[in-house]
Amino acid sequence: MLDKVVFYFFAGLAVISAILVVTRRNAVHSAIFLITALLATAGIFLQLRAEFLFIVQIILYVGGIMVLFIFVIMLVNLDVALHQVQFNRQWFVASVLALVLAAQVFFIFYAAQRSEPGRDTLGLPPAVAGRLTPNTELVGQTLFRNYMVPFEIASILLLVAMIGAVVMAKRRV
Amino acid sequence: MTHSLVEFFKPHILPLLYALVIVLVLPLIAGYVVLLERKVMADMQVRLGPMRVGPHGLLQPIADALKLLLKEDIIPENADLWIFWLAPVLSVTAAMLAMAALPFGPAFQIADLNIGLLFILGISSMGIFGIVLGGWASNSHYSLLGALRSSAQLVSYETAAGMALVSALLLAGTLSMHGIVELQAQQGMWFVFEAPIAFFIYLVASIAETNRAPFDLPEAESELVAGYMTEYSGFRWALYFLAEYANMIVVGSIATTLFLGGWLRPFPNVPALDFLDYVPILLMLLTAGYCFWRAPRQPVKVQKMFLAAVGGLCILLAAILAAPVFGVPYFSKAALHGAFWFLLKVFLYIYVFMWLRFTFPRYRFDQLMKLGWHFMIPVAIVNVMGIGLALVLNRQFHWGLAPALLVMNVGVLLVAAWLAWVGERYETPVVGGA
Repeated sequence: MLDKVVFYFFAGLAVISAILVVTRRNAVHSAIFLITALLATAGIFLQLRAEFLFIVQIILYVGGIMVLFIFVIMLVNLDVALHQVQFNRQWFVASVLALVLAAQVFFIFYAAQRSEPGRDTLGLPPAVAGRLTPNTELVGQTLFRNYMVPFEIASILLLVAMIGAVVMAKRRV
Repeated sequence: MTHSLVEFFKPHILPLLYALVIVLVLPLIAGYVVLLERKVMADMQVRLGPMRVGPHGLLQPIADALKLLLKEDIIPENADLWIFWLAPVLSVTAAMLAMAALPFGPAFQIADLNIGLLFILGISSMGIFGIVLGGWASNSHYSLLGALRSSAQLVSYETAAGMALVSALLLAGTLSMHGIVELQAQQGMWFVFEAPIAFFIYLVASIAETNRAPFDLPEAESELVAGYMTEYSGFRWALYFLAEYANMIVVGSIATTLFLGGWLRPFPNVPALDFLDYVPILLMLLTAGYCFWRAPRQPVKVQKMFLAAVGGLCILLAAILAAPVFGVPYFSKAALHGAFWFLLKVFLYIYVFMWLRFTFPRYRFDQLMKLGWHFMIPVAIVNVMGIGLALVLNRQFHWGLAPALLVMNVGVLLVAAWLAWVGERYETPVVGGA
């Protein structure tokens, strides 16, 4: 019961702030609502007992990426940007695509429900209680034992991207 | 029936009580840390400091708080009202929320989280939004520049601080704040002695993170008036101030827990030094004695009474601290003395902050960035590798932990010296300011 209340609270918060992100004209306000949406998502992770994911979401997205977002937005002259013609005029294509996506999501839910009635929404078996308990340790073991090679490949990819960004930015100085 | 009710409410009510205590006491402590800072500053500059309000200025924080409450609340005309209101609240909320995972004693902790340290770091890093948004919403150039400097500084030094903490975490093997202190108790050794370089890096980085001198560029009076809080006045300004001092306490608590043995007494495992348990009691009694000795010498009657009351409070604290030592039931020695030692260490850490503030001149912004990116972060990363290697030597190659750590720390020191030498040689010419 309490779980459901917490879930719907955070889910509602996330959806409302996501809508506000795209409808606000002031970029700083949009950024603040984006922070709220990300925090609400972190709350849902916490409700699922995924503590590590919860805090990583906050440290990376809220504490890291959003700080840089706001940093850049503040340097833009907002008064000019407010009166400029917006270039998001492709709402027809966008709404068709959104409808297609929604149809897909609903179809997956519907199909899963029909194939195995007793199971969870996506046809997954219900989570075992206490399965995620030493959360950080479990994540660490999964990343560094079972999926060591993909993890290292992803790390090297990020490193290459980082060095590439530095090299490209450096050329102009 | 009643017993089961108690069992049900205990895990829910006790943390709530702790949270209430922290929220109520924190502003008071922050106020008195400000008074302490002014007194320390006065002492270092051979002055008396605040002496008027209360005996030796002891009521100054209360007077200041009242003044700030009654001040006119000015909002700039073109400010973004909504964000202007939100920003200081965000700062305080982040700082206070971070305290939820701090272990003030073995039992006095709101929540012992599996992700304890990460929680504190993540939540307190959200305080930066208060600074950035406040600076932007004021619609003033000084504020915006202060906010930009502050966020640049925070982002740069957070990396070094995080790496320094990782070195200590490698030694601890857990993120739970409770577990980290327990491990230090088991080893009979604080992590400062095992990873001194990490502690040094964290000390410097935490000064930069709390925007204090010599890294107080965001609030440099001679350049930016008051930085991001230039346009704030009255109680909103007080909120920023509270957040700043709360952050100091959080940073001090992290350092205390990870490096200085948390709530542990010095030498907790040596029975021959058990007389150290009497130190807190003696300290309180001495303070009380000093208060009673000075009380009749105060010029005004109210001040005499107040100083005597402070002395009485110290006697009461001494009695509370003495109760567990002499075996009075219901008084847990671990909890009471734990809180005493923890707070003592935190305040010593904050004292070092003040000491450094009044010793060093302010850095230039390019010097600050250079120190962070060219020196602190590389040394911190090398230190993580060094500690990791020492642990591998210990576990895989069966070296003793002490010699392995000694070799690695000396190695990291050599790397740091080399980095400093290289930095001196390739000194880049300064092009403009920040």
